[in-house]
Amino acid sequence: MEYLSIFVKGIFVENMIFAYFLGMCSYLAVSKTVKTANGLGLAVIFVLGITVPINYLLENYVLKEGALQWIDPAYASINLSFLSFIMFIAVIASMVQLVEMIVEKFAPALYGALGIFLPLIAVNCSILGGALFMQDRQYPSIGEATVFGLGSGVGWWLAIVAIAAIREKIRYSNVPAPLKGLGITFIITGLMGIAFMSFMGIEI
Amino acid sequence: MKAAHKLLDAVRPHFEEGGKLSKFWVVFDSLETFAFTPGHATKNGVHIRDGVDLKRTMFMVILALVPALLFGTWNQGHQYLLSIGEITVADPLMMAFMDKMFIGAVKVLPLVVVSYGVGLGIEFLFAGMRGHSINEGYLVSGMLIPLIMPVDVPLWMVALAVAFAVIIAKEVFGGTGMNILNVALTARAFLFFAYPKQLSGEIWIHQVKASAEAGVLADGYTGATALGHLASTVGKAPNDAAAAGVMDMFGADGMFSLTNSFLGLIPGSVGETSALAILLGAALLIWTGIGSWKIMSSFLAGGLVMGLLFNLMGLNAYMTLPPVHQVVMGGFMFGMVFMATDPVSASQTERGKWIYGFFGGFLSIMIRVFNPAYPEGVMMAILFMNVMAPLIDHYVIQANTGKREKRMLSSQGATA
Repeated sequence: MEYLSIFVKGIFVENMIFAYFLGMCSYLAVSKTVKTANGLGLAVIFVLGITVPINYLLENYVLKEGALQWIDPAYASINLSFLSFIMFIAVIASMVQLVEMIVEKFAPALYGALGIFLPLIAVNCSILGGALFMQDRQYPSIGEATVFGLGSGVGWWLAIVAIAAIREKIRYSNVPAPLKGLGITFIITGLMGIAFMSFMGIEI
Repeated sequence: MKAAHKLLDAVRPHFEEGGKLSKFWVVFDSLETFAFTPGHATKNGVHIRDGVDLKRTMFMVILALVPALLFGTWNQGHQYLLSIGEITVADPLMMAFMDKMFIGAVKVLPLVVVSYGVGLGIEFLFAGMRGHSINEGYLVSGMLIPLIMPVDVPLWMVALAVAFAVIIAKEVFGGTGMNILNVALTARAFLFFAYPKQLSGEIWIHQVKASAEAGVLADGYTGATALGHLASTVGKAPNDAAAAGVMDMFGADGMFSLTNSFLGLIPGSVGETSALAILLGAALLIWTGIGSWKIMSSFLAGGLVMGLLFNLMGLNAYMTLPPVHQVVMGGFMFGMVFMATDPVSASQTERGKWIYGFFGGFLSIMIRVFNPAYPEGVMMAILFMNVMAPLIDHYVIQANTGKREKRMLSSQGATA
C-alpha cells in the first residue's frame, strides 16, 4: 500500500511537469510526435528508475552526515553532503551514456529522432530533481526510493505523450501565426496543468 | 418572415465588399444564416447534404438544455423561499409557482445575458480580426456556463471566466472545433482556481445580503451543496457522530434523500441539480444522435463501478453512500450528458469513447471522495479526460492499424 501510494503520487499528484515544471526543455522540444515522445519518455523512466536508487545508496552510505559509519565508527562526524550535487550528476551522466548506447544499438531510428535530446537527458532537470526530492524527503528504504523514481518517470512519460498526442491533433488547427509552435505549446501545457490540478492535495 | 428577408436583402449591399459597413460583414453574415438558409452553395469537393448543419446541431443541444434551465430557475426560487422560511419542505411544490420562477429568473437571466454578451462579443471580435465567419460553437457553451455557475456568483466573475475560456481555451486554437478542453468547463475551472473562496462559500442559493435581514434565514437551513456537506465527512470514521449527522441528511427523510437528489430539490448550481430534467435532455440528444450514447453509458458505468468499490472499502461515511445516490448528486449527470459528450474535446474513435467515458465517470467519483478540496470531482475528471482523449485516440488507431496489418500479412501468408 505504501509503495502504491508513492507510485500514484509520483504520477498524478506530484507530477514532475505539471506540479513542479521540471524537465520542460525536452518536454517542449521532443513532443512533436507521439512516437519520439514515447521513446524519450521511456528513456526518462529508465534513467529515473536507476539513478534514484543508486543516488539513494550514495546518499545514505557515503554522503549524509554519519553515513560513513559502516566503515569505521570514527567517521561518524563526517558530512559529505556538500558533494551531493556533483555526485548525483556524475551518476546521472554515466547512466545516460548507458541508455544512449542501448538505444543506439537496439533502436537506431529512435536514436536518430531523439538526436541531441538523448544525451541531454543528463541535464534534464526532472532527473536531478528526482534525486534531490529523494534526498529531501528521506525515504526510509531503497524500495520506496526506487518506486518514487519509477513513479515520477511514468508521470513524466504520461505528460509528454499526452501533449504529443494533442500537438498531433492540433497540427492542422488555425492557430494565430504569432502563437504557432512553442507559443501554443506553452498554452496547452498551462491548460493541462489546470486539468492535472484535479489530483493536487489527494492523500492516499 | 418575408419582411425580415426583405430587410436583410435591402441592407446587404452596405455590408458587402466595398460597402461602407463591410467591416461588419461577419455580423451580418451570421445573423442572416442564423435566420435563413444561406443562398450560397459549396463549390468543390464531395459533400453529404444534410439539413442538420452545425447551427441545427447546436440548437438541438440548447433545446436539450431547456428542461434543466427551466427547472433550475424554478429551483433557485424554491431554495430561496425555503431559506428565508416563506415556505417549508412540507408545502406542495407548486405553491407560489410564479414567485419562484420570478425570483429564479431575476438571478439566472443576468448570468445568461452576461455569458452570451461577453462570449459572443469576443467571438465577433475574433471573427472580424481573423477574417473567418462566426462559428456557432459558443451558442452551447454560452448556455452551459450559466448553468454550471453558483447562482450568486458576481457577474464580473462570470464575464472574466467567459473571456478566459473563449480566448485561451478556444480562440487561440483557431475557434470552434479546435479546442482541446471543454470551453464551459474551462470557465468553471478558471473561477474555481482563481477565486476559490467565492466559489466554495455558501453562495449556492440566492440569499438575502443585507445584514438586517440576515436574521430572516430559517434556523438550521444551510446553503452548502450536498457534496460540500459530504466533503466535510472525509477523514472521519463511519460511526463518527458528526459524520452520522451529515449522513442523516442523505437518508430517506433527509434533505438530500435519493428522491430529492433525483428530482433536484436541493441547493446547487443552476442546471445541475435535477437528474430528471437532465435525463430528459439526454433522451433528446441520444434520439437525435447528437450526444454519444456510448460516452454517456460508459460514463455512468464508470461512476457506478467506483461507487461500488468505495462501498466495498467503506473507510469513511462518504464511501458508504450507495452508488446510485453518488451519480444523481452534484454535477455528475450534467457533466455526463452535456460536458463529456462534447464532440470536439471527447475521444473521436468509437472504441476510444468507451474508454474515455468509463474513466471519466470513474475519476469523477474518485476525486470527489478522495480530494475534499474539490467537492465537485466531475469538472476536474472531464477536464483530465479531455487532456487524455487525443492519447486514447492515438493508441486506439495504432492498435487498429496493427491488427489490420497482421490480418493483411496472415492473409498474404495464406495465399502464398
